[in-house]
Amino acid sequence: MTVANSAAETMDYDEVLERFDPVMGLEVHVELHTKTKMFCGCQNVFGGEPNTHVCPTCLGLPGALPVLNGVGVESAIRIGLALNCEIAPWCRFARKNYFYPDMPKNFQTSQYDEPIAFDGYLDVVLDDGEMVRVGIERAHMEEDTGKSLHVGGVTGRIHGAEHSLLDYNRAGVPLIEIVTKPIEGMGARVPEVARAYVTALRELLLALDVSDVRMDQGSMRCDANISLMPKGTTEFGTRTETKNVNSLRSVERAVRYEMTRQAAVLVAGGSILQETRHFQEADGTTSPGRPKETSEDYRYFPEPDLVPIAPRAEWIEELRGTLPELPWQRRKRIQTEWNLTDEELRDLFNTGAADLVALTVDAGAPVGEARSWWVQFLTQQANVREIELAELPITPVQVARVIELIAEGKLTNKLAREVVQAVLEGEGGPDEVIAARGLEVVSDDTALNAAVDEALAAQPDVVEKIRGGKVQAAGAIVGAVMKATKGQADAKRVRELILERCQ
Amino acid sequence: MNSELIKRTAAELAAKIHTGELSSVEVTQAHLDRIAKVDDQLRAFLHVDAEGALAAAAKVDADIAAGRAPSSALAGVPLALKDVLTTRGIPTTCGSKTLEGWIPPYDATVTRKLREAGVVIVGKTNMDEFAMGSSTENSAYGPTHNPWDTTRIPGGSGGGSSASLAGFEAPLAIGTDTGGSIRQPGSVTGTVGVKPTYGGVSRYGLVAFSSSLDQAGPCARTVLDAALLHEIIAGHDPLDSTSIDAPVPPVVAAAKQGANADLTGVKVGVVKEFRGEGYQAGVLDSFEAAVEQLRELGAEVVEVSCPHFRYALPAYYLISPSECSSNLARFDAMRYGLRVGDDGTRSAEEVMSLSREAGFGAEVKRRIIIGTYALSSGYYDAYYGSAQQVRTLIIRDFEAAYQQVDVLVSPTTPTTAFKIGERVDDPMSMYLADLCTIPANLAGNAAMSVPSGLSADDGLPVGLQIMAPALADERMYRVAAAFETARDAAAGTAFLNQIPEL
Repeated sequence: MTVANSAAETMDYDEVLERFDPVMGLEVHVELHTKTKMFCGCQNVFGGEPNTHVCPTCLGLPGALPVLNGVGVESAIRIGLALNCEIAPWCRFARKNYFYPDMPKNFQTSQYDEPIAFDGYLDVVLDDGEMVRVGIERAHMEEDTGKSLHVGGVTGRIHGAEHSLLDYNRAGVPLIEIVTKPIEGMGARVPEVARAYVTALRELLLALDVSDVRMDQGSMRCDANISLMPKGTTEFGTRTETKNVNSLRSVERAVRYEMTRQAAVLVAGGSILQETRHFQEADGTTSPGRPKETSEDYRYFPEPDLVPIAPRAEWIEELRGTLPELPWQRRKRIQTEWNLTDEELRDLFNTGAADLVALTVDAGAPVGEARSWWVQFLTQQANVREIELAELPITPVQVARVIELIAEGKLTNKLAREVVQAVLEGEGGPDEVIAARGLEVVSDDTALNAAVDEALAAQPDVVEKIRGGKVQAAGAIVGAVMKATKGQADAKRVRELILERCQ
Repeated sequence: MNSELIKRTAAELAAKIHTGELSSVEVTQAHLDRIAKVDDQLRAFLHVDAEGALAAAAKVDADIAAGRAPSSALAGVPLALKDVLTTRGIPTTCGSKTLEGWIPPYDATVTRKLREAGVVIVGKTNMDEFAMGSSTENSAYGPTHNPWDTTRIPGGSGGGSSASLAGFEAPLAIGTDTGGSIRQPGSVTGTVGVKPTYGGVSRYGLVAFSSSLDQAGPCARTVLDAALLHEIIAGHDPLDSTSIDAPVPPVVAAAKQGANADLTGVKVGVVKEFRGEGYQAGVLDSFEAAVEQLRELGAEVVEVSCPHFRYALPAYYLISPSECSSNLARFDAMRYGLRVGDDGTRSAEEVMSLSREAGFGAEVKRRIIIGTYALSSGYYDAYYGSAQQVRTLIIRDFEAAYQQVDVLVSPTTPTTAFKIGERVDDPMSMYLADLCTIPANLAGNAAMSVPSGLSADDGLPVGLQIMAPALADERMYRVAAAFETARDAAAGTAFLNQIPEL
């Protein structure tokens, strides 16, 4: 692809970087998993029969009023503290006014120029171990909208739809919006920084236990703002905002694609429209949203139905004291304690196995075995089932038990995998599976001795060869014993017994 | 018998109901009969709930027959509820086409408290659409008529509530006051109307016009009745974040104390700015006479200047439309209310637009447009921002005044009831009706109107406005009750007995 090719939709990535410096800003929306919604007592749960978790307030019925969820504020402050932010001693909610059918009041209760947390940072580790500090502009509280299902349109969007179905279960669910400062000077690594940042933020939020952070369910959503500035200039270019980025991988792909698209437009002499674009999971491209005739004016003003939030300094310090060990602190500790290479550490966290391994170790298993089971075999099993590792129906205690049985010689590695498979199939715990399937290694020497004697008696010629020094001939006898015990004997022990008898 | 019943005060009715001398059913029926008789002329009610009222009355009677204590001092007494407060199972229209037929699935906190107190809600009263107006002519269901002269307005926005009192259709009513919508109707119908301290009465279920100004309050024919009702509806509500978590001011005790007609030791401030041009002579005369009366009752009267009150009206007409433009955005035909143009060919946006076009009246649209403009980027600081600064200055004026005096007084509204149709084409003259009442809303203070007498030039009622600091509502009740006692003693009869028969 060349510069002259103005018809090209995208530019070669390396060429983009020769000509432009990318600037990125990330806005992440996180749904808090509080028991109730942000401004009413309705249950905050994912899914549910449409319009069953609703009340006058979250439906925006005439006369209904909001009451702030204190746990929501507490979570927002904890997130702010974990992101090294300042916490506002006094702040308010504002109304963001715009019409949309899934927004019951036709304004979103949000924070505008008085966010609860501002001016912080998050340290992010890239694949090669390099650490990048991403500045945090602000973290503010707001409420989620309902969900629209547009039926009959081509794109699933409201434009062109025949009719729309509305579900307000999600309306009023607490959201925290976390906005980065512009991320500059990262060059080719911008898409990787995007993924690493969202990954790190996700781990942080998990550690804080404030959200399910499920990108697939929308409890964590990322909008990527991208612009390019020609090399050697310092003024930011016009940015686009890409939405609908629903996985960590998509974050990286969307940023990369948008860089190559914008570069192609700019080089062809075009200009970038400041617009919202939608990421297309299927082909990894972005497409424009419905064009706006005028720029949106949200007519923000302070929410008169809520009183200002003025968290006491002592309370903030109290909350600081509740912060758990944060992910980067934990990584460092685990790497040292478990003596892991950078690569091993990365695999441990990328697979989401760290907690599970730690719990397996707590249950008595050695680190190496525990790590190997979770990062390798069980991660494969989770991938096959298309679920998170933690969602596999096996507990760390059960994994530790399997490891223990191997160590005691009661299971071979092959049998152990079979046992674990059975546990995953719901056949019960490891011991139950072994008992039910009769899988335990035959380690009773009495039974084995009998089998060995029988096999030796059946093949006297082989016995002679072994006695004559051809130890490798023992293999034939081992095979016969294994056959007779239906594979449940420990082959190593069988060999030992044969050699004892042929001395 | 019935005509006697309907002229009694709520306190008298309650006393007789609670001793079993009268039944609540009989009292309620008398008022329903009165409504049936005169409401064709007055149009005070948008909805009469005879069945629900009689059932509620029967329950009170059953309690009393069974020897149980009445659930409140006003249990069994009928009440007219402004149609801006939600009532579970009973239509709530806010005087708007957009909510025609809407039946709320929940009770406002005020409604709930009334029901729990055994107060009998006879129906929902007419009002200017979404409480925007000073004459009730902005109701989508036609104007309410003033019982003193049915060619005149009963005030607004709560003209239905005030007319129902003056027309003896109910001894109690609830209004809401954003810029004067309780006090100005009280003034022009010769009834008592109270805007409690902002946050004193829950706004939960009060369909919002301007959230930072709206306040529900009691309306009655006597100060004591208003106080009794005040104590029933007031108090902290966890469902309203702006509700004040403090004890309800002792307004009943204050009204009873005031009835002794002794104001010795009370300092009354006359607001210097509220007189002069634009004030009807008969109104000013009545006001001067009222101030003289207060002095005779022992009060020390001084003149007080509140220089920023002159900016209250313009500030109000930026803040209230701004909030209204946002509050009324929810009426979009998607979830409830009027839906126009949904023929399968139009987008949701077009249906919203057509429905709002058809559902809102001219005044509501005017304010939505003003508010949308005032909040727009580039204009926000000049309009909404400046208006909020004015609000701060007005609060400071009040604070300075209350350093000197216990209560402030002024005429409630510059004129007596004007003719229906007289000001409909002149919004500015309509807005001026709230000139004296708006500052208390902007400051969140308490204020009330009590009849001061009849205007010498047209024989129509004039209101005396008494204002008190936030959470000191009892002060104005005391002064109002003292004045009321002296006024009726001088006239030899209760004020409303001077009203012509319908």
